[in-house]
Amino acid sequence: VSTNTIIGKSMPLADAPGKVTGRGKYADDLVVPGMLYGMILHSPHAHARIRGIRTDRAEALPGVKAVITGKDAPTPYGVLPIGHDECAISVDKARYVGDNVAAVAATSREIAEVALGLIEVDYEVLPAFFDPLESMKAERGWIHDTKPHNIEKEYHHEFGNPDAALGAADFVREQRYYAGEINHAAMEPHSTLAIWEPDGRMTVYSSTQVPYYLHRTLAEVCEMPMSQIRVIKPLVGGGFGGKSEVIPLEITAGVLAKKARQPVKITYTREEVFYAHRGRPITVIDLKMGITRAGKITGVAARVVQDGGAYCGYGPVTVLYSGALLGAIYDIPSVRYDGYRVLTNKPVCGAMRGHGTVNVRFAFEAMLDALAHDAGLDPADVRRQNMLKAPCVTVNGLRVTSYGLPECIEKVVERSGWNAKRGKLPAGKGVGVACSHYVSGAANPVVRSNMPHTTVHLKIDRDAAVTLFSGASEIGQGSDTMQIQIIAETLGVRPERVKLIAADTELTPVDLGSYSSRVTFMAGNACIEAAKNMRAQIYAAVAKRLGCDAAELESRGEEIVSKKNPALKMSFDAAVVAAIDFHGALVASGAYTPPEESRGGRFKGAGVGPSPSYSYSAQVAEVSVDTETGHVTVDRIVVAHDCGKALNPLAVEGQVIGSVYMGMGQALQEEMVWRNGRLMNPTLLEYRIPTTLETPQIDCIIVESIDPEGPFGAKEAGEGSLAATIPAIANAIYDAVGVRIDSLPITPEKVLAALQEKRKKSSTNGGAR
Amino acid sequence: LGKELIELRVNGEMRELAAPAHKLLLDVLREDLGLTGTKRACDDSSCGACAVLVDGVPMLSCVAIASCYQEAEITTVEGIAPPGSLDPVQTGWAEAGGSQCGFCSPGFLISAKALLDRNPNPTLEEIREALSSNLCRCTGYMQIYDSVKNAIERGKAIRAAGRENAGSRA
Repeated sequence: VSTNTIIGKSMPLADAPGKVTGRGKYADDLVVPGMLYGMILHSPHAHARIRGIRTDRAEALPGVKAVITGKDAPTPYGVLPIGHDECAISVDKARYVGDNVAAVAATSREIAEVALGLIEVDYEVLPAFFDPLESMKAERGWIHDTKPHNIEKEYHHEFGNPDAALGAADFVREQRYYAGEINHAAMEPHSTLAIWEPDGRMTVYSSTQVPYYLHRTLAEVCEMPMSQIRVIKPLVGGGFGGKSEVIPLEITAGVLAKKARQPVKITYTREEVFYAHRGRPITVIDLKMGITRAGKITGVAARVVQDGGAYCGYGPVTVLYSGALLGAIYDIPSVRYDGYRVLTNKPVCGAMRGHGTVNVRFAFEAMLDALAHDAGLDPADVRRQNMLKAPCVTVNGLRVTSYGLPECIEKVVERSGWNAKRGKLPAGKGVGVACSHYVSGAANPVVRSNMPHTTVHLKIDRDAAVTLFSGASEIGQGSDTMQIQIIAETLGVRPERVKLIAADTELTPVDLGSYSSRVTFMAGNACIEAAKNMRAQIYAAVAKRLGCDAAELESRGEEIVSKKNPALKMSFDAAVVAAIDFHGALVASGAYTPPEESRGGRFKGAGVGPSPSYSYSAQVAEVSVDTETGHVTVDRIVVAHDCGKALNPLAVEGQVIGSVYMGMGQALQEEMVWRNGRLMNPTLLEYRIPTTLETPQIDCIIVESIDPEGPFGAKEAGEGSLAATIPAIANAIYDAVGVRIDSLPITPEKVLAALQEKRKKSSTNGGAR
Repeated sequence: LGKELIELRVNGEMRELAAPAHKLLLDVLREDLGLTGTKRACDDSSCGACAVLVDGVPMLSCVAIASCYQEAEITTVEGIAPPGSLDPVQTGWAEAGGSQCGFCSPGFLISAKALLDRNPNPTLEEIREALSSNLCRCTGYMQIYDSVKNAIERGKAIRAAGRENAGSRA
C-alpha cells in the first residue's frame, strides 16, 4: 500500500497562476532598455550560390546598429557532432527558400524591415532538389559537397533471418506507405532576446527546450567561453520538438548583440516559424510483413526514405529511431531495416513529438490490421499474440524493464465496446485498434560523454524554504510541478514549501533538455537522490538532538518522526535549524545517468533507440465516413497509456490526450504543401490544426506498470500515444467503408478516390463487397 | 512615421499614448501599455491568442486598428478580475489543466469569460462552439472543457452565496 501523499495525486501546474493572469513572461514579452529589434533576410531561392552581398546602404540607414552576413559568424554548428553543417547566416550558398542570408538590428521593427530591403544579394541560382526519391539519385550539383548523392546518412540493420521468416509466414503483405510533412505549430512563435552586458558577458533569454545546447552553441559560434554566457529559459509556449535544437534566430540574435554591443530581440513571424521548421519529414515506407495463421508475426522488413531538407539537424537520429522502434514494441524475431536520410532544398526537418516512430508505426499498424483481416483474425487478438514478456531484451538490443501493453489493449477493448462494434456498426461507421510505444529519454546522449544526463541541487536556509536548482526545461508538459512533487514527497513537506529555480545556466546545473520524453525519468530520479541526500543530513542532526538513531527517523507531514517512538519528533522548521547548526550549511545534490545495461547493442547506429524504459499505448478510434464527400469524422478515441506510475494524473492525462489530438491532426488534416521548395500554406489559417469542432471525445485510461528504475515507478507520458492514433483512425476507416488509405493525411479526396476505385472493382467483378 | 494621440479605456483605466495611426491594438497593448498577457501567435487572425473583450465581445486585437477603439471599453486578460483576485474562469483553467504551455490561455480565457457572462450554464456543445475560434496545440481541448465546467460550478456557488447574503439581509 502506497503511503505517498503527493505523488499520484492530481496537482495543478505550479506555473498556472502566471499563465491564467497574463503575468507570466514568455521571451517576446521581455523588453529591456536600449533593446534593438532584429530581423533576418531570407533567401527567395531554393538553391543558390551567394556571389556577393552589399550591406552599405542598410548600414547607412539611421537607426540601424548592426548588419551581419555569413562572414560575421562562420563557425558551423549542428545538434549532432556528425552534423555541423549549418551556419547562423549562410556563408556560401542558400540551400532552401527561407535560408538565412543576412540580418539587421535596428531601433525599431519598421527601420529593420526597411534596412532588409536595402541589402543587395547577388545570387547564382542553382538546380534544386525537391523530391527525396529523385534527390538521392543525383549525380552532381549536390546540396553539400561532402554528401554524395544528397544522402545525409543511411543505415542497414538486420536481426534474426528476415527472408526465411517472411518466407515461412502464412500471410504476407508488401506495399508502400507515404506520410506528408507536418509542423509542430506550437502556439508561441520562436523568440530570442540576447543582451550584451556592459562587462562583456552575454545573457540570452530564449524560447528553447534545450538551454544547455543553446549555451554550448552560442559559445562556439560567438567565440566566447561558456562561462561568459548565461542562457535563461523563460516560459515557453509549447515545443513539441520545434525548439529542441538551436534555431537560427537564437544564434543570430547573439551575433547581432555582440556586434551592436546592445540588447537585440528577434521574434519570428508565423511564416518564419514554418520555414525554420524542424518538423516531421515526408516519409516513404516500403514495408513487408508476415504472420502465421495464428497471428504470430514472423518478421518485418522496411525500407524508409525521409526527406530531411537542406541540413543535417537531428536527421540521423530520426531515421535511426524509425528502425529501432519499428519492431521493438512486439516480440518479433526477425527484423530488417534500411533507412535513408536524404537532403533536399527545403527547410530542415527534425524532431517532432514521437520522434522517428510515428510514420513507421502508421505503416506497421495499418499493415498488421490488413494481415489480421487476411487471416480472419480479430486485430486486437493479433496484437495479443505478439506480446513481449518483460523483463527482456528485444532482438535489436533494447532492454524492456516494464511492459503494460497487454493491460492497455484489454482496457481499450473493454472501454470502447470493441467486441460489440468491430464489423457490426451501421454502414459508414467503424472502429480501429492500434498500439505504439516510446522511449523515456535516450540512454545515450547526442554528444558521447560520461557526464550525468541531469544534475540538480537543493538548498535549505534558516527560513526552511526548500529551493531546488534544476536545469530541466518546463515547456508546458509539467516538469516543474513534477520535480516539486518529488522533492516534497521525499522530504515529507508541503509542495508550497518547495521553490524551483529552473533552466538558468548561471544558477542551475546541466540538464540535457526537454526532448525524447526524458525529464520525468531522469530529472525525477535526480530529484529523489538529492532529496534523500538532504534528508540524511537532516536526520543526522535530528537524531543527535532527539537522542535516537537516524535510521529510525522518517519525514512526513512536515515533521521528522521516530518510527519506533512516534512521541519523538521535531517539526520540519526546527529540524532545518538543527541541521544548519549541526552541518554549517544545508545543501545536497542528485544526478542521473542511465545504467550501462540500458545503452543498447554495439552495431553502427545502435546508440539511438536504447532507453532506460519504454512507455506503451493502445487505442481504439471510432469514425464516421461520409461516402458522398469522403469526409472522415472521428467520433471518439479511447486511449490507454502505460506511464509506469502517474506522478500527477492531471498532467499525465493532459499529455496523453494532447498526443492523441496531435496524431489526429496528422491523420486527417495537417500537411505542409510544397511547390518548388516554396511552402503553399505557411499560416495557421491554411495549415489547419484541429479546432474544438474537429476534435472528438478522447477518453484516457492510465495504466501503471511500475517501472523498477523509474522515479516512483514512472516513465514516459508525453509522446508515446501519438503514433497509435493515426493507424487506429486509418483502420477504423477500413472497418467503416472497406478502403485502406496508405497515404497521410487521409483527406476526403483520397477517401473518395479509394471508394470510387472500390466501386469500379466490385462492379467489374459483378458483385457486392 | 507620424504619430497621433490615442486615448483608450483599458481594464477600466483611461490611457493616453502616441502611436502611428495604423498601429494595431495588439501592438499598442503589448508595446505601449505593457500588457503582454495578450499574445501574438499567428499574424492572420486564425488562432485567437490575441483576443480581448471590446464592450464585452471577444475580438481579435491583431486585426484591429487601435485608434478606432477610442470610445470602447477594452478588457485584456490582465483585467478580467481585480488585482489579487481571480475570475472563476482563471481558477478553473489553473485547477483543471486548461493551461499547459499557457500561450493560448489568455485568448481562451477571454472567449470563455464572454461565454459565461452571457450564458452562465452552457452545454458542452455551446462551449465547443464558443471556443472554436481559439487554437490550442497542447491540450486536445478536453481539459479546457473541464476548466470551463469548473468555472461554471464556481460561478453557481458564487451566485448562490450572493443570493444567500441578499436573503439574510432581507
